[in-house]
Amino acid sequence: MTSHTASVRRPSNLLTLLMLACLVYFLLPLLWLVVSATKNNGSLFSTFGLWFGGGFDLFGNLHDVFTYNDGIYGRWLLNTALYAGVSAVGSAFLAALGGYAFAKFRFPGRNLLFGLVLGSIMVPSTVLTIPTYLLFSKIGLVNTPLAVIVPMLISPFGLYLMRVYADSAVPDSLIDAARVDGAGPFRTFWQVGFRLLLPGFVTVLLFQLVASWNNYFLPLIMLNNPKLYPVTIGLAQWQAQAGGLGGAHALFSIVITGSLVSILPLVAAFLLLQRYWQGGLATGSVKD
Amino acid sequence: MSQTTPPAAAHPVPPPIASTAVRATRRAWRRSAREALGAYAFVAPFMILFVALLVIPLGYAGYLSLFREQLVGGSVFAGLDNYRQALDDPLFRDGVLRMARFLLLQVPVMLGAALFFALALDSGRLRFARLIRLGIFIPYAIPSVIAALMWGYLYGPDFGPFAQLARGVGLDAPGFLTPHWILASLGNIVTWEFIGYNMIILFAALQSVPPALYEAAAVDGAGALRVAWHIKIPAIRQALMLCVIFSVIGTFQLFNEPQLLSTIAPQAISTSYTPNMYAYTLVFTNQEVNYSSAVSFLLGAVIVVVSYSVQLASHRRIRRS
Repeated sequence: MTSHTASVRRPSNLLTLLMLACLVYFLLPLLWLVVSATKNNGSLFSTFGLWFGGGFDLFGNLHDVFTYNDGIYGRWLLNTALYAGVSAVGSAFLAALGGYAFAKFRFPGRNLLFGLVLGSIMVPSTVLTIPTYLLFSKIGLVNTPLAVIVPMLISPFGLYLMRVYADSAVPDSLIDAARVDGAGPFRTFWQVGFRLLLPGFVTVLLFQLVASWNNYFLPLIMLNNPKLYPVTIGLAQWQAQAGGLGGAHALFSIVITGSLVSILPLVAAFLLLQRYWQGGLATGSVKD
Repeated sequence: MSQTTPPAAAHPVPPPIASTAVRATRRAWRRSAREALGAYAFVAPFMILFVALLVIPLGYAGYLSLFREQLVGGSVFAGLDNYRQALDDPLFRDGVLRMARFLLLQVPVMLGAALFFALALDSGRLRFARLIRLGIFIPYAIPSVIAALMWGYLYGPDFGPFAQLARGVGLDAPGFLTPHWILASLGNIVTWEFIGYNMIILFAALQSVPPALYEAAAVDGAGALRVAWHIKIPAIRQALMLCVIFSVIGTFQLFNEPQLLSTIAPQAISTSYTPNMYAYTLVFTNQEVNYSSAVSFLLGAVIVVVSYSVQLASHRRIRRS
């Protein structure tokens, strides 16, 4: 028997149907979002939520989203891209450097430091975020982009993933060969290690990108200047205005269309980079 | 590991003669010192930020939690008074108990479904397996803010489709946002967001189970369900444990979803609905930074204790069986 026996088994119609039925549950809210983004405020209330109707106002809604409040929505999207991009690249890089060292070098304090990092995964974010806010406000970092970027540069779980990944993806013999050839540890890392770590690096990058793109608690605490808001905070605030006042209903279609626009980049990233995150997660969960 | 493996492993050379052994050890020692220095240079950027962003804030919060702000005399040392107060605080206790209930109800449903989906994908008996896997995973890429917003509208009595359907057949709109149902409604949002993530972790683990382990059983006539129960699930116990621990941590820290729903369901979700919301309110509404730090620390302690108990319980069961 080959190791592929499982994949050539006869497909089961019953199981497929059951899974497709479950899929409806996962896609229903997204269908609702897409449908609702094509409606104006009146049609939201007067037509059935899960199907099109009452005219096609997607472009009008998009125009409203990007012009409401002097077009601040575009700025929010750019802020999110900046915060998420910088902290994802930075934290993935730091995790790769550290994970590689923990996997490939022996040095005094190695187990202690790694244990410390692992243990910190359990520290709840509130315990950290509020004192970090207090400390940042003392050194004038609050209400700046750095206030939401710097705390996201550290990913203990990312470091753990990179260590596990480096253990299996970078053979010792290659490192030793590079050393015999006279390469220092940094050149070895750049020319041999990092290239082999790339799939793991992309995985950590992607997950940190999600973590900061979707972050709510940290910017909520750190920022109170609307010009610096990421899109999550901005939309939540528009939503509070829409729900709070009876007369502000015109905001519903803006919030809904804005939500749709804001999720497109990450959904696209996940679809394009499937190979990486699926493979990368496998390493992290299998080897403990 | 690397300095114990001689380079000879990669480049076969004749074995060294005895007289050079001393020089070789000295060179090895010098190399391992240099290697340690190199290693510190690699981990330093991470560890420096780790200290600045984890260790120091944590220490600072611990320090703050031991003081108390007074109208006269400013900040005074209070020992463990804040902790004593928190343990007696019904708002904190109710929040923790509510999250414990959430944990017991939502996590088994979410992980059970994730495990079932992962086994179904792994069985190789699905059509459209790629599409199904992606579709279930996609909610993970949606910010919890947007997820809560969407579900909030879907639950809503105004233009939510469920309310529309109910009205269409002459029934009252379902009370998803009433105090009675709100915990379940929140549970549904979190389940929707994270089933896919857990499914991918479990699926990846299943894929690395060597087929030899269960092919023999299949030949012996064991059905797919028995193979799953007796062979596949025990083989991915570690990945399951990882999912459980992450769920425990996530549940006790719940904040975004209830905070967002509280704008449309203020009667059902108070400002102390979850311990995390309570800690936030204490700082930003009540200005009670010291007390809030104690509350956060106790919450952290709850998370650590529950996580360890879960791990301990599972180890004990393994040893017994």
